[in-house]
Amino acid sequence: MTLHLAVALDGAGWHPAAWRAEGARPDRLFTAGYWAELVVEAERGLLDWVTFEDSLGLQSSRFDAPDDRLDQVRGRLDAVLLAAALAPLTSRIGLIPTTIVTHTEPFHVAIGIASLDHASRGRAGWRPRLSARPDEAAHFGRREFPPLDVADVARIRRLFGEAADAVEVVRRLWDSWEDDAEIRDAATGRFIDRDRLHYIDFQGEWFDVKGPSITPRSPQGQPLVTSLGHDVVPYEFAARGSDVVYVTPQDKDDARRIVGQVREAEATVGRTGPELKIFADLVVFLGGDKARLDDLDGAALVSDAHIFEGTPEGLADLLVGWRDAGLDGYRLRPGVLPGDLSAITQGLVPELQARGLFRKAYETADLRGRLGLARPVSRYARAS
Amino acid sequence: MTKQIHLAAHFPGVNNTTVWSDPRSGSQIDFDSFRHLAQTAERGKFDFFFLAEGLRLREMKGRIHDLDVVGRPESLTVLAALSAVTTHLGLAATVNSTFNEPYEVARRLASLDHLSGGRAAWNVVTSWDAFTGENFRRGGYLAEADRYTRATEFLQTARELWDSWAPDAVTAADGQFIRPGGISTFHHEGKHFTITGQFNVPRPPQGHPVIIQAGDSDEGRNFAASSADVIFSRHSKLEEGRAFYRDVKSRLPRYGRSPDDLKILPAVTYVLGDTQEDAAERAAEIRKAQVSPQTAISFVEGVWGRDLSAYDPDGPLPDLEPDLGPGVSEGRAQFRGDRGAVAAKWRALAEEKNLSIRELVIETAAPQTFVGTAASVAEEINLFVQTDAADGFIFVPHLTPGGLDDLVDQVVPLLQEKGVFRADYTGPTLRDHLGLTKEPS
Repeated sequence: MTLHLAVALDGAGWHPAAWRAEGARPDRLFTAGYWAELVVEAERGLLDWVTFEDSLGLQSSRFDAPDDRLDQVRGRLDAVLLAAALAPLTSRIGLIPTTIVTHTEPFHVAIGIASLDHASRGRAGWRPRLSARPDEAAHFGRREFPPLDVADVARIRRLFGEAADAVEVVRRLWDSWEDDAEIRDAATGRFIDRDRLHYIDFQGEWFDVKGPSITPRSPQGQPLVTSLGHDVVPYEFAARGSDVVYVTPQDKDDARRIVGQVREAEATVGRTGPELKIFADLVVFLGGDKARLDDLDGAALVSDAHIFEGTPEGLADLLVGWRDAGLDGYRLRPGVLPGDLSAITQGLVPELQARGLFRKAYETADLRGRLGLARPVSRYARAS
Repeated sequence: MTKQIHLAAHFPGVNNTTVWSDPRSGSQIDFDSFRHLAQTAERGKFDFFFLAEGLRLREMKGRIHDLDVVGRPESLTVLAALSAVTTHLGLAATVNSTFNEPYEVARRLASLDHLSGGRAAWNVVTSWDAFTGENFRRGGYLAEADRYTRATEFLQTARELWDSWAPDAVTAADGQFIRPGGISTFHHEGKHFTITGQFNVPRPPQGHPVIIQAGDSDEGRNFAASSADVIFSRHSKLEEGRAFYRDVKSRLPRYGRSPDDLKILPAVTYVLGDTQEDAAERAAEIRKAQVSPQTAISFVEGVWGRDLSAYDPDGPLPDLEPDLGPGVSEGRAQFRGDRGAVAAKWRALAEEKNLSIRELVIETAAPQTFVGTAASVAEEINLFVQTDAADGFIFVPHLTPGGLDDLVDQVVPLLQEKGVFRADYTGPTLRDHLGLTKEPS
C-alpha cells in the first residue's frame, strides 16, 4: 500500500522566523503569485492535497490571546478565497481551506466550499476549526466568551459540540440538492424538479438552519472533510463528521496509541461508513535552517507536532517506519517556504517513489477518489 | 466635455430574464460559464464583472420556485477563482449586510482585493426578511426600518477595519515583519455592532474595495450618496434616468463629495440585429422565451396573491380581486409593494389592448433597453451617457455563457471609435478604471 502525502501551507512556513530564511519572499506573502508558485510545485510533486490555515484574529505565539510580536508573520488571507484563486491554476491537487466554525455561519461555509468544489472540478476539501480565543469572539461581539481553562472539559465538549453541529449542517446542505435536480423541462416550464431539493430543517442548541443550499450539489457531492485533533474530544468530533483526521504523534509508539484512541472514538460515537483516514502531522526541516531560525526567533521552535530535521532519505525512513502503527498518510508542515516544500517534492517524493511507496501519476482527478472514497449519494435521495 | 462610458457585465441571474430553454444556454454553475463571461467582458475592456446573491431559494405558494434558473455559487469564491484567469477586470460581489458580520466580510473583501491586485468591489445589499433569516444564526430579527442603519454602520465598520492597518505596515526587513504602529487596535461601538480588537488582513491594495449600492428609496439614495462609489440603478429609460441622475448627483455635496465620485450605472439589456426590424423581431422572440406559459401564470399569481394554476395563460386575467394578504411569493422583491395598484394597472392595460395573461406579462415584465443594430445601440448608449441619464451601464445578458459576445464584438468597437470608451485599460485597479481616487486612510 502506498502512502498519502499532504502539505500544510501557512505564511512563510511553520517556523515563526521562516520569513527571514534565505530564499523566503516575505514581501509577496499577500499576493496570489506567491501561493500559485507553491501550489504548482506541490502539484508537480504529485502530493494529495495542500491545506491552508486560517484564523479570525492575528497569529500569535500564545494559544489563547494575541501577542505583541512584530518580528513574526502577522496577517493572512481568507483561506477559502485563497484556495479558489489557485483552483484554475491547477488540475489535480486537492485544495483544503480552514474555516472557523465557532463564528462563521455554517450556511456561508457550505456554499463557499461547494463553490470551491465546482471551481476546482472536484478537488475541494474543508478543515473545520474552532476558536477558543476571547479576542476573536470580540471581533464579532455576538457572545460572551470568557478565557478557556484547558482543564474545563465540559466547556471544551460544548465548543466541539457546537462545531459538530456546524459540520452536520454543512454536510446536510451539500446533500440538499440531489444530483439530477436540474431538469430544464421545456414542456412544463420547469428548470428544476423541486422534489429533488430538500429542506434540511436542522434544529440544534446553537442554531437552526432551514435550507436547502443555494448552490447545486458539487462534483464530489461531499467535499473531503478533514480535522486536526490532539485528544479524545477532538477525535470524537472527527469521528462524527470528518473523513480524515490529522494527529500529532511524537514517535511510533505514540502513533500506535493515538490510532487506538481514534478507533475507540469511532466506536464511542457509533461512526458508520468508511473508517477515518489517519494522517500524522510532522513539522519538517530538510535544509538545515532550523538552528539559525531558532536563534533569530529567540527560542527553539515549539510545536504540537513532532519536529523532523534531516534529509529527505531520513524523512522517508521515518514515514515508512511509523506507517505500520496504522497511519494512512502524513501531512507535512514545511518549516520554511519554498525551500522545505521543494525538498519534499524534489527529494522526498522521488525517494518514496524509488521505494515503490508513492504514486508516479495522479490516479484520479477528484480528491475523494484519491483516498478510495466513493462519491456519496445524497442522503435525501429517494430510493428509486 | 465628452464623458467616458463605464461598462459592466452581470452574470445571468435567477430571474425569468435568463433564458435557460435556449439550445445555446449553458450551465449556470460550471466554472467555465463564469470564465467565458468574465473573459468576454475583459476582452471588451469592461470595468467590472458583477455577481448577484440570494441566501434563500425563492418560493411560490409555499414551495421552491422552479420556473426560473435556480441555484448559484457563492459570489466571492467564484470571483477569487476568476481573479486567476483575468488580469484587469474588476470583480464585484454582492454580499448581504444583514446575514454577515463586518469582521468577516471586511477580511473576505480585503482578501479578494489582494488576490486580484486591487480589483475587488462590494455591492452592499440589505434585507430584513425572516424568510432568509431561517438559514442563519441571527434569524430574521431586523426591523425593516433598521436595514439602512445597519448597512450604513456595517460599511462604516468595515472601513474602520481596512483603515486599521497602515498602507506600509508590512516591512519584512531588519528583523521586523510589521513596523511598530503598523497595526492599530479598532474599537467600534454602535447600535448594531460593538466590536474591538485587531484586523488580520493587510490594508487592501485599493485602500478600500469599490463600494456599489443599489437602493432606490430616499434612504437608499442618501446611503449611496454618502458612501458608495457606484450605483447599480434600475432607471434605464432616458427621462427617468436623467431625473434619477440629477437627484442623486445633487445629494453628493451634502457629504463633501463631487459628482465624479459616484458613478451611476443602470442595469440594462440589449438585443442586436442586422436591421432595426430584425432586432425587434429577435427581441420579441426573447421576451416570449422569458415568459413561458407557466411563468406568465406565476407572475399573475405573485401580484394577485392567489393560486391561479387553473387559469389559461392564453386567456384573460381572472375576474377575481387580488388577495392583498401575505401573498404567495417569498424572496422576490418584485412582488412586494402595492400589489393592488399593480393589479389595477394590469387589468386596465389588458382591457385596453385586449391582452391574454401571457401577452400582458410579456408586455409588462420583460422590458428590453437597447434594441437595434450595433450602430444604433452604440448611439443610444452614448446618448444616455452624454446627456446625463447614466455614467455607463451594467449589461444583463439573457444567455449563459455567450450572452455578451456580440455586444463586445460589435458595439464596443464602435464606442471605442467614437472615443467614448477606453481602447485599453490604463491602470491595474478597478478604482483606476472608474476614475476614482484611492480612499484615504
